[in-house]
Amino acid sequence: MTPFFDNSRNPLETARALSRSRRDFLRGAARLALGSTLMSASPLVRGEAGRKKRKVIVVTFGGGARDQETFAPEGQENIPNMLRELAPQSSFFTHVTNQGILGHYVATASLATGVYETLNNFSAVAPEHPTVFEYFRKDLRRPSSDAWVVAPSNGFNRIGESECRNYGMGQGARVILPKHLLSAATSGGTPDFEHLLRDNYETPLYTPQIGGGEVELQQMENILRLSVEDFMTHARTVSSPDELSVYIARRLMQQEAPSLLWITMHDIDVAHSGAYSLYIEGIRRTDRLCLELWRAVQSEPEYAGNTTMIILPDFGRDSDYDAGGNGFQHHRTGDPASRTTWMMALGAGVRQGVVYEDPVQSVDLVPSLGAIMGFSAQQSTGKPIRELL
Amino acid sequence: MQPRDLQPEHFAGYPPEARKLIVSHLDVLRQLPLSFLPSLLREAIEYDYRFPAERASLDRELAGLKALTPAQMGRRFQAFAGVSLSSGLAQFDWINLPAQFVEQQSAYLWSTHQLDAFRKAATDYGAELQASAPPEPLPVRRLGIAVIGQGVPVYEGKLFRNLRAHGTYFSRIKPGQNFDLLLREMEQRAKAHPVPYGHWYVDGGQAVAHSAEITAVSYTGLEPVRAALLRRMQAEIASPGMGPEELRTRMARLAPADLGMDKAGDPVLDRFKVKVLTEGSGTQIYSTTFAQWTTREILRRAQALTLLVRFAPRQRQRPLNELLASTKGTPELDPLGSLIDADMAAWYHWINQQRLPGSDRSSFLVWFEGHREAVAIASSFPQGTESSSEIGLHELLSLATS
Repeated sequence: MTPFFDNSRNPLETARALSRSRRDFLRGAARLALGSTLMSASPLVRGEAGRKKRKVIVVTFGGGARDQETFAPEGQENIPNMLRELAPQSSFFTHVTNQGILGHYVATASLATGVYETLNNFSAVAPEHPTVFEYFRKDLRRPSSDAWVVAPSNGFNRIGESECRNYGMGQGARVILPKHLLSAATSGGTPDFEHLLRDNYETPLYTPQIGGGEVELQQMENILRLSVEDFMTHARTVSSPDELSVYIARRLMQQEAPSLLWITMHDIDVAHSGAYSLYIEGIRRTDRLCLELWRAVQSEPEYAGNTTMIILPDFGRDSDYDAGGNGFQHHRTGDPASRTTWMMALGAGVRQGVVYEDPVQSVDLVPSLGAIMGFSAQQSTGKPIRELL
Repeated sequence: MQPRDLQPEHFAGYPPEARKLIVSHLDVLRQLPLSFLPSLLREAIEYDYRFPAERASLDRELAGLKALTPAQMGRRFQAFAGVSLSSGLAQFDWINLPAQFVEQQSAYLWSTHQLDAFRKAATDYGAELQASAPPEPLPVRRLGIAVIGQGVPVYEGKLFRNLRAHGTYFSRIKPGQNFDLLLREMEQRAKAHPVPYGHWYVDGGQAVAHSAEITAVSYTGLEPVRAALLRRMQAEIASPGMGPEELRTRMARLAPADLGMDKAGDPVLDRFKVKVLTEGSGTQIYSTTFAQWTTREILRRAQALTLLVRFAPRQRQRPLNELLASTKGTPELDPLGSLIDADMAAWYHWINQQRLPGSDRSSFLVWFEGHREAVAIASSFPQGTESSSEIGLHELLSLATS
């Protein structure tokens, strides 16, 4: 029989192979061009006038999806919207590496600070380094209403601002946790419902205590112009927490129109339960919600034509072939499949239909946003992605 | 405490067989770096409750280390010696709590960006170990059987996508074949090649009657244990100061008796069942996850010669709107989702089987229960091919294991 396990390939080669696989597939399926041939002329809108109007929406997946379930040929059926609608309009980066800790909260914090944070993934603590929201607000003198985070679980309530002395308290983003609102609105809910609210799938039976600057139920009506009754009525029509998050995000876009909006989705991370079909359902739902968000951008007057939307998983998931893991279920091995992912940039200032295969790091996101929006991510260890400048 | 300072009395808290093993190899253990030794002790402290294959593996490893010269030992553990640990870890009671140490060490390695180096050191060590101490030849070629799709009348999708490339896809399994036929085949193997914990049957639902030569684990059979575990977890979570690390520590300490298991039971098997439920994510909730993880652990730990796994429908995940409607009652089942879960689990079954010694001679069969589709993987079947010949499961198994 043919030897099955090929141990001769080193991690770098494996990561490159993953990247090549995404590139080849995208070129074939979505007819995208290779970016290296198109580097000379950037279409980015420059100048202060452009920057003032510019809005950025970042969508991360807290619960990475692997290539074989997404951009590899066998996974394409799970992402029809990203593939056929979004990728052709995007600059697609095939090789994004996360060299940090592969836990969702700490990885999202790292994405938001541009530094590989080392905080306890399962504690409600603020990032050590300034967040993109603090850089944005301080450098550009923006009010708190201009930077928002919509995040899935209670553990993310401190993601909006850091513990850094020169930034920190009151200078970051406002955080809204739709499921926390749901919990508050349905106090005394059923045990099943409580289980759903504790949706940190990495530790499904544990939730850190809330204690940050997140929006409370009583503020919802003032900010979102949404009564508790209306919120609950809508919640009863959605099938998942991420659908609720997107609903809230759209409401924020309509009512507050923040210039910097960060949405972290989490449904895919149901993979930790080990049920493959639920993981696939999560990917398909996320794919649909990304398109829904993009269409919302096109339909909102405050956002249409001047918004850059960036979509990226926070990292991948373990390969089937790493004996230390259990395939799609977790992201614990630190193997190339779990550290390597992709990023898609769409909209204002972004060249459409281009694939870039040079490696970038997840900490490069914040300095890139700084270059786009006009702030300086001083403490970030990443560097601006030149293809976005 | 450093490894060089180890004394026999430090292991007074170990179970008798484990203590005996450790004390007889103390000279070796004293030479090992702290970044490595607790991983070894984590295996050794459970020696009394380990399967024969695990014991043999640990015995071989220690014997192999004992045979190394000091210079060889230095080279073998050079990469581990280069891993730096915090003073807190050095002061931790890693002798008596090696599993907890390893967990904390893992978090430290992640946070100090040493995980990749550690991972490489561990992979290289494992490869050297395998090369230096080859296992005994198997009495019979290994056989894995996965039975998936119970309760699914029709499926339009394509099954066995990952497995087809490695074997032959059969689209015309004879009608009227049933699970009992496979179980009987397995019982004959177990009778012909009696090996303690060598022949296993896992059922994601209720196990059917089987011979005493077979070791069996079922999701339904463990229902009282699962219920006791969930009650205990809920109580622990409600206690002040509880966090995920502490919760995991307490779960790891649970013994069969803590979850109401019969003290007269098989201590090795009962301990294994508890580990499946306390260490596996989702095994307490979804029967498909339970069957998949149990399969993985049986292969990794017991190195089963025969492993028959039958998947049953798991409970359906209720969407948010249903949960908000607060309707209660018996959980509905999700046969279709369970088929997709089990299809992937069968792939993992085969991958994990291929990680074991004798993989070049092993055989594997996956069957869509009650239907005409199957894939057989063995040296006697061409890879990546399809067969439309009508064939029975008995004949297929004979071909796969001949």
